[in-house]
Amino acid sequence: MATVTLEHVSKVYPNGLKAVSDLNLELKDGEFLVLVGPSGCGKTTALRMVAGLEDISDGTIRIGDRVVNDITPQERDIAMVFQNYALYPHMTVAENIGFSLKLHRAPKSEIAERVAEVAKILGLEEHLSRKPAQLSGGQRQRVAMGRAIVRHPAVFLMDEPLSNLDAKLRVQMRAEVARLQRRLKVSTLYVTHDQTEAMTMGDRVAVLKDGVLQQLGRPQEIYTHPANLFVAGFIGSPAMNVYEGALSEAGDEIKLGSQSFVLPASWAASDLLAPYRGKRIVVGVRPEDLPDAAQAGQPSGGQRLVGQIELVEELGSEKFVHFRIDAPRVQAHTAAAPGEDLGALGKGEIGAAVLSEGVARVAPSSKIRAGDQASFTLDVERLYLFDEDTSEAIRGPDS
Amino acid sequence: MAASAGASRSAGQKPRPVRRALLYLGVILTALITLFPFFWILRTSLESDNQVAQGVGGKNGIIPGHLGFGSYVTDLTTQHFARPLLNSAVVALATTIVTIIVASLAGYALARLHIRGAGAILGFILLAGFFPVLAMIGPLFLLLRHLNFLDNIYPLIIVYLVYTLPISTWLLKNFFEQIPIELEEAALVDGASRLQTLRKVVVPVALPGVFTAGILSFILAWNDFAFAVSFLRNTQHFTAPLDIVTLGQSAFQVFYNRIDAAVVIITIPIAALVLIAQRRIISGLTAGSFR
Amino acid sequence: MSTTIAPAPGQPARARRRSPGKLDARQRGDRRLGYLLVAPSLILLLAVTAYPLVYNIWNSFHFVNLSYAGLPHNFVGAKNYTAMAKSAEFRAAMVRTLAFTAVTVVADLVLALVLAVMLNAKFRGRGLLRAAVLIPWAVPTVVSATLWKTMFDPRAGFVDYLLGFIHKGWATITWVNASTWKSWFVIFVADSWKNIPFVALILLAGLQVIPSEVYEAARIDGATSWQAFRRITLPLLKPALVVAAVFRTLQAFFVFDVIYILTGGGPGTSTETLSFLNFQTFITNTDFGYGGAISVVLVVIALLIAAGYVRLLRPETA
Repeated sequence: MATVTLEHVSKVYPNGLKAVSDLNLELKDGEFLVLVGPSGCGKTTALRMVAGLEDISDGTIRIGDRVVNDITPQERDIAMVFQNYALYPHMTVAENIGFSLKLHRAPKSEIAERVAEVAKILGLEEHLSRKPAQLSGGQRQRVAMGRAIVRHPAVFLMDEPLSNLDAKLRVQMRAEVARLQRRLKVSTLYVTHDQTEAMTMGDRVAVLKDGVLQQLGRPQEIYTHPANLFVAGFIGSPAMNVYEGALSEAGDEIKLGSQSFVLPASWAASDLLAPYRGKRIVVGVRPEDLPDAAQAGQPSGGQRLVGQIELVEELGSEKFVHFRIDAPRVQAHTAAAPGEDLGALGKGEIGAAVLSEGVARVAPSSKIRAGDQASFTLDVERLYLFDEDTSEAIRGPDS
Repeated sequence: MAASAGASRSAGQKPRPVRRALLYLGVILTALITLFPFFWILRTSLESDNQVAQGVGGKNGIIPGHLGFGSYVTDLTTQHFARPLLNSAVVALATTIVTIIVASLAGYALARLHIRGAGAILGFILLAGFFPVLAMIGPLFLLLRHLNFLDNIYPLIIVYLVYTLPISTWLLKNFFEQIPIELEEAALVDGASRLQTLRKVVVPVALPGVFTAGILSFILAWNDFAFAVSFLRNTQHFTAPLDIVTLGQSAFQVFYNRIDAAVVIITIPIAALVLIAQRRIISGLTAGSFR
Repeated sequence: MSTTIAPAPGQPARARRRSPGKLDARQRGDRRLGYLLVAPSLILLLAVTAYPLVYNIWNSFHFVNLSYAGLPHNFVGAKNYTAMAKSAEFRAAMVRTLAFTAVTVVADLVLALVLAVMLNAKFRGRGLLRAAVLIPWAVPTVVSATLWKTMFDPRAGFVDYLLGFIHKGWATITWVNASTWKSWFVIFVADSWKNIPFVALILLAGLQVIPSEVYEAARIDGATSWQAFRRITLPLLKPALVVAAVFRTLQAFFVFDVIYILTGGGPGTSTETLSFLNFQTFITNTDFGYGGAISVVLVVIALLIAAGYVRLLRPETA
């Protein structure tokens, strides 16, 4: 059974830097688990600890039932695909793929057979006798994968394998890698900083920040129920619009700059929102939840968010509308530690003339233009609310 | 990498602490083999004539009982070591200056100016560095004799170029190649001529490379022995390396303290130069190779 | 499918605007300037290498001996060369030189490789050790030769002092000029001590080009340190090894300074190498005809050595 379990795993460097703090994770058999987060969040360090390339400062790592803390990489029955591929420059593609088999003294015929099999799966047959320097980036990436596959290991470890490819190739390879994993059914731990890769490829996604696990769950879960402001801002593109707003004393209205939005009665009565009555609250709304109110099909009586349009980006399939409203924006990516002030301007008055940006995704037929003032339908059910001090989520859509 | 929490073991691999110990053993051994001889020279140079005659042992152990700078004084006065030192300095300095100028021009041309046959030209320059020096001595001797320049240190300046030009040109060419071409293009767009670009943009940026080439050239020129011993006759005209060989030898005794004092004198500037520029030298020599 | 090969790390991306044949005025001007700029180097080097070589070739076919001031420099055909081939002295020098070169190059390459691997590892004071190791290479041969002459002197040296502790009788061994083998040993120590650092530097450069990730991949593939060294480090180090070998071979084959200073060719003539013989012929015997012949042979050998190693490098780039 090829599972990987991390229990209270930490990595502290001699200079005191905590790369990974108390990480608990379980990779199930055959699962594709993605570790995602910004640079320096500890995802690569965690992966390398599973590989045995970094020592573990604290905690236990198990592969299957075996504790592997003190076991060398050679003996862990893992395979790894590196970001820069790390192909052996002086060996041919065939030799690169077959190297580990050769080290384990497999008979030549068996090596040739398995290499050919892998080459077929990855479409590398024509390139078997070429050296890495003669290959394109995409081909090299496939050789790196081939080297991992040929060993039929218990676990695949992948360290940002698609980062060095150009955009179009990346999209193509994303699908190929995912397809491959599904076909081979090997447990895979995949590291990336690209949230799109995480969302499209992973069975489950683990979001990390500064060495701490923020949330672990299925992609859909993380999208609709982010545990905190950081996850909310990190997942989804373009990023969620996050502002500093306020809840009315009665708990029935949210003020966003000079605009207010009526909340359903059930919310006013709920315990969840009670502590925030009359206080500041962080409000998030995704660009995809701000359709153009002037479009056909939008409810005529709904609440509207009004903004000053700065720029319209045409994508063909949709438009990204950049607008400004007079509510202070909150930086989701640098969500503060508990107690730290989130507000862009400190504890000033709400609505003091601050203009912040936001992005809305509207249909291609929308007539919004830069310079206009425009309205977006705001369905309060689609709002994400966060605690200003702890940045934890209070509620999200479908709660 | 942080030290392992426990011993990691696998077939054929020693546990980490053992490898670490072996490494440090090797480091210490290397340091000893490299530096102890210098210590010994220093020690011997501080002995007196009598102590040298006595030999090593007893009171005259690894660190002798009496130490003094007598040999140094003798070298610089009665043994007339100062003059050869000056000769060496003059020649090495002059060679360095000529080398830097000539090699910079050639290096830049080879790196940037798309000369047809650049590869062959560089190949020839490098090949000159492989030439057996001794093979040139005869004809050069005859030539200098014909021109009445034998026993004169100045022709050495040109002769030493065979040591310094190949490596300096190669080094500077690599340096120039590493400078982003956009810098020069910006200068050209701003209206500078090639030579102006070279002077005002390229050379200042390549100064570290020029500095390294200069230091290497100085060391190579200073160190020559073969040409010096072939062309120079009068002790007044000797270069320092040449002088050391005859210094301190009498019919009856070899004064190792005096010889070694001279060696120390000649080593200190070289060692200083190396320590100052070692990182530059290493990176300069290895830049652009083995791609 | 288009092959996009990424430029090797560290290499500048140079825009090569080359249209075959036609050059614009600026490029033509550049080219002219280029020839002008390389001219000084070429002229100076030619003066110090090609000129002596040509002169040597000329002399080798004539009788040119300054000791016989009155005698004219007649054409003597291949006499100098035949004399050289028949000369026992010459053949002996050739054998000695070849033997010394073979032993030294092999020993130095192995030791330098060990040193390079050591200098590549991470440890405190690495920069200091790298600097320290450069000093033997940087000092004049006079210094290294004299230094080891001192060290091996029975009275003033450390070697006999140390040996004396092991065995009383060993405290007074004479090394230099006492016996052929002992003399060669001292020469070997002095020459290698000075030159191994340079060889190690070249190998170190080669080691540093190997990305450390490749070693990690090898570990994951199951390689032990020795396997990684044999199958990854050594093959990738081949270009560096060849370059290092060329330098060291040429240097060892033409060794002169150390011999002159340490043994003066002795005891007797048993440490005379080809270069030493060459020097003696020119300077002591003032025979520039015979000396010219020897020099020509030396140059030919140098070219052969260089060419041989270049050939070793070729198949890689085919």
